[in-house]
Amino acid sequence: MCSHAIEKTSVTGSGKGTKGWFSLSTACVCFDHPYFTPLERTLNIDFIDEASGPEARVAVELSPDSARALMRSIQLALEAG
Amino acid sequence: MMAETVTIAGHGGDRIAAYFARPLGPGPYPAVVVVHHMPGWDEATKGITLRFASRGYAAICPHLHYREGGGSSPDDAAAAVRARGGVPDERFLGDAAGAIDYLRSLPYCSGKVGAIGYCSGGRQVFLAACSLPLDAAVDCYGGFVAESPPEGMPLRMAPVIDRAADLRCPLLGLFGAEDSHPAPAETRRTAEILEQHRKAFEFHTFPGAGHGFFATDRPSYRVEAANQGWQRVFDWFGRHLASA
Repeated sequence: MCSHAIEKTSVTGSGKGTKGWFSLSTACVCFDHPYFTPLERTLNIDFIDEASGPEARVAVELSPDSARALMRSIQLALEAG
Repeated sequence: MMAETVTIAGHGGDRIAAYFARPLGPGPYPAVVVVHHMPGWDEATKGITLRFASRGYAAICPHLHYREGGGSSPDDAAAAVRARGGVPDERFLGDAAGAIDYLRSLPYCSGKVGAIGYCSGGRQVFLAACSLPLDAAVDCYGGFVAESPPEGMPLRMAPVIDRAADLRCPLLGLFGAEDSHPAPAETRRTAEILEQHRKAFEFHTFPGAGHGFFATDRPSYRVEAANQGWQRVFDWFGRHLASA
């Protein structure tokens, strides 16, 4: 909704971007316009390292249904482990 | 016509990039500032800038995310801005003022300058029309002009309707009947307030269209609304940016 309304959370881990692996600092989550996905709004997650500039980013844009399915999968995987 | 990336002085004297296109004749040409949408300084918005040049305008699209990602792709820069809560209004106004100054400094510019913005850029154009020396403005489905944002949204997206009394130029608003931000109730509220202040404006709401109906690269594109909308845009600028 053109809002820049995001949920930010600190994360510990790594992501693989255009220049290889890097350490992550933050996950930014919003439900807003996508850049690439052909939907009006998507659940967007940017895994970033804010200290390393805008290209230190792993981005996903998910349909609402697939985002909910992903949440369930993450929960199940953590419980199974 | 020609197009290139130029550097202009933005807010606080910061040097920022801008996409600039113009006809090749001697002029004088009216000019337009194109304000990009939230997904950034992308190919689609540069295409809009080219469209104005092809119709006889000097047109410039300042890179509002340049400070966060001038050397990066537009989507990475937009994501960096999103992570920081958006572009502050005062910074936008400084960048827009720099773009207006750039256009008016051109020897082939008639001195008449308008602005058009899409999505978040629509709200920003409303703000610019209340603050900067523009001759005409077009707000394409800008949300949060009159509506208060939902709880938890960044303060940077606060409504700007309280500045309506300061509107300095004629304003054209183009909206979709199926849009939720801005919903038709919000644009009616904006129109009521502009009427109270006796401002020059026209609002058009297209049936069957939602948010982003001008965006040819997105599923929100609605060809009938977009074609009619472009006619409205060129008629508006043709009337209000014509030389005396």
